[in-house]
Amino acid sequence: MDVLLQLVVSGTATGAIYALAALGFTLLWQASGTINFAQGEFVMIPAFVMLFFINVTGTPLWLAFLLTCGVSMIVLGWGFKRGVVDPLIKHGVIPLVIATLGLSIGLKSVVKAGYSAEAHPFPSVLPAGQFDLGGLAVSYADVGTLVIAGAIVFALQVMLNKTVTGRAMQAVAQNTDAARVLGINVKRMVLYTFLINAVLAVVAALLVTPTYLAKFDMGDAIGQKAFFAAIIGGFNQTRGALLGGVLIGILENLVGHYISPAYKEGVALVLFLAVILFRPEGLLGKTEERKV
Amino acid sequence: MKNIVMTIAVAALCAPLLAAAQQGPVPIVGIVELSGAGATAGTNFDNGVKLAFKEINASGGILGRKIDYTSLDTQSNPGVAKALAQKAVDQNAYVVMGPVFSGSFIVSMAETKRAEIPNFTGGEAANITQQGNPYVFRTSFTQSTAMPKLARYIKDKVGAKTIAMIWVNNDFGKGGRDTMQKALDAQGIKVVADVSTDPGQVDFSSAVLKVKQSGADAVFVYTNEEESARALRELKKQGYDKPIIGETTLTGQKVIELAGDAANGAIAHVGLTADAPEPAIRAFDEKFTKEYKYKSDHNGMKGYSAAYVVKAVTEKVGKFDSKAFAKALHGAKLSVKDNPGILLDVTFDNNGDLDRESFLVKVVNGKQVVTETLPPVSAK
Repeated sequence: MDVLLQLVVSGTATGAIYALAALGFTLLWQASGTINFAQGEFVMIPAFVMLFFINVTGTPLWLAFLLTCGVSMIVLGWGFKRGVVDPLIKHGVIPLVIATLGLSIGLKSVVKAGYSAEAHPFPSVLPAGQFDLGGLAVSYADVGTLVIAGAIVFALQVMLNKTVTGRAMQAVAQNTDAARVLGINVKRMVLYTFLINAVLAVVAALLVTPTYLAKFDMGDAIGQKAFFAAIIGGFNQTRGALLGGVLIGILENLVGHYISPAYKEGVALVLFLAVILFRPEGLLGKTEERKV
Repeated sequence: MKNIVMTIAVAALCAPLLAAAQQGPVPIVGIVELSGAGATAGTNFDNGVKLAFKEINASGGILGRKIDYTSLDTQSNPGVAKALAQKAVDQNAYVVMGPVFSGSFIVSMAETKRAEIPNFTGGEAANITQQGNPYVFRTSFTQSTAMPKLARYIKDKVGAKTIAMIWVNNDFGKGGRDTMQKALDAQGIKVVADVSTDPGQVDFSSAVLKVKQSGADAVFVYTNEEESARALRELKKQGYDKPIIGETTLTGQKVIELAGDAANGAIAHVGLTADAPEPAIRAFDEKFTKEYKYKSDHNGMKGYSAAYVVKAVTEKVGKFDSKAFAKALHGAKLSVKDNPGILLDVTFDNNGDLDRESFLVKVVNGKQVVTETLPPVSAK
C-alpha cells in the first residue's frame, strides 16, 4: 500500500508538470484557436535561457528564473504571436499547425547548434531527500513540485475567474465577436494569453529540467504528453488539462512499476486513443458546435 | 598496335594521379553518435580521435602521410549507422572509428567487414567480438572481462550477499546484465531485484522504489550516460544509502557533471579514467582539457588511444593496407614506452578484444578517485 501511495504522489508531481504545459495548449486554443506543436520546445528554450544566465552571467537561479520569465514573455509570448500566429491564423488552423511543427524543428536545431547535442546539468530549486509522512516516505522534490505547480494553477484559476481581466479573457475565449461588442480589447486579451503561456513554460522548465536534463530534444516528450493531457482532459477546459496531466503522470508510474517500464511511454497514447474514441470532447470538455 | 599505344598513353597520364593519391591524405572515417541518446559518448569518442589525429598530423602524419579524418553523425540510430558505414566504405576509408553504441555497431559492422576495413568500436557488448568478424577491434574491455572483476570486488570488498540490478534494455545493457548475472552467480551473490529500464528513460522513481523494496545490500547500475545521471539523482532523491556500484559509465565524467552531488559515493570498475596515476594518461588529460575546455571521460580516451593504435600498427606494417593492418593487430602487443598515445600497455587477441590494466574508482566531491589498479587479466 505504501508503495502504491508513493507511486501516486510522485506520479501526481510529474503529472502536474505535464499539466502546466497542457494548460498552455488549452489557453492558446481557447483564446485564439492556436494549436502550438512547439509547446515542448517552449519549455526547452527557457531551460537553456536560464542556463545561460546561470553559467555565463553568474546569476543565481531565482534571478535567472525571473529574467527568463521576461525573455520568454517577449520572445515566446509576444514574438510568437506577432511573428507566427497573427500572419497565419487568418488562413486557418492547418497552416498554423504546420508552422508550429516547423518552429519546433527550427528551435531544436538552433539550440543543438549553439549548445551542442549533449545533455547539460540543471540546478534543482528543490532539495533532495525524503521525509516521513505517516509512515510514507515522500520526497521533498515531489512535494515541492506539487506545491509550486498547484499554486500556479490555483493562481491562474483565481485570475481567470475573479479578476476583470481574467473574465474578459474568458469572454474572448467563449465568443470573440460578443466580447468585442462589449468593448473588450480582444487583441490585448489574446496577447495576455500568449504571455501567460510563456510564463507557464518557464515554470515547467524550472521544475522538469533537473530530471530531464537540459537537452535540445527534451521538449519532444513534454510537448507530446502535454498535448495528450490537454485532449484527455478536454481541449476547451483549463481544469481538464490539469486532470489529463495528473492522470497521465500517475498511470505512467503505476504501469512502469507494476507491469513494465517498456509500456510506460505508451500510457498517454492509449488514454488518448480511448478518449478520442469514446469521449472526443475530453473528460471535462464540453461539446462545441461550429459553423462549417 | 593502336590499342597498346593507347593503353601506354592512358597509363602515362594516370601515373602522376595514382602517385598523388598514394601520397595524399589517408581517409579515416568516424561513425559516431553526435546527437540522440548517445551524444555524450559519441562526442567524447570523436573528440578523442580528432585530438589524436591532429597531433599525429602535426608531427608528420603516419608514414609521411597526413590523416584526413571526417566524422559522421549516426544520430544514435542503428539504421543510420549502417548507412554511414556504407558511406565510409564508398569514401575508401582506411580504418573506420565507431560507432560507440553496441546496438549501432552490431548493425553497421557488416558493411565494414564486407569491404575488409578494420573497424574500431567503443561498444562493450560481449557479442560484438563473438561473431567471427576479423575486422572488429575494441577500444575498451568486453563485458566478459570487466564483469567478473567487478563481481569479485562486490563480494570481497563491499561484502554484499544480495544485489539489485538496474539496467538499460538495449544491446549494451542486456549484454552487461547477462554477463554480470553469471559473474555474480559465480561469486554466490544473489540478485534480488532485476529492474529493466528503457533507453532514454527520464523517470527512475519506480525503478529505485523496486530497488529499495528488494532490501538488497547494494545496487548495480548499468545504463548509458544520461540515464546513469538520472538514476543517481533519483537514488539520492529517494534517500538510498547503500553502495551504488557500476561499470565504467556510472562514474564517467559527463555522468558526474550531470548528476552533481548525487554522483558522490558511486563506485565503478573503469577500463580508462583520466584520473589514473599514469604519466601518459596525465599528459593526455592536460592536452584534452586544453583543447576542448572540459575533462575527457573514458570515451574520449578510447577514441584517442584507438587513433594511436592505428598509427603504431600501420608503422609496423609499413604501408596503408587495411587487410594487412587487421592481420597485424590480431595478437599485437603495444607498449606505452614505444607509443605513448596508446595510454596503457595493451594486447589484442584474435577476436579483437583487448586486455590491459583497469581501475576501481569512487566519486569523491565530484571527482573520480582511483582506489585500486587491477592488473590485466592475462597477467593473472
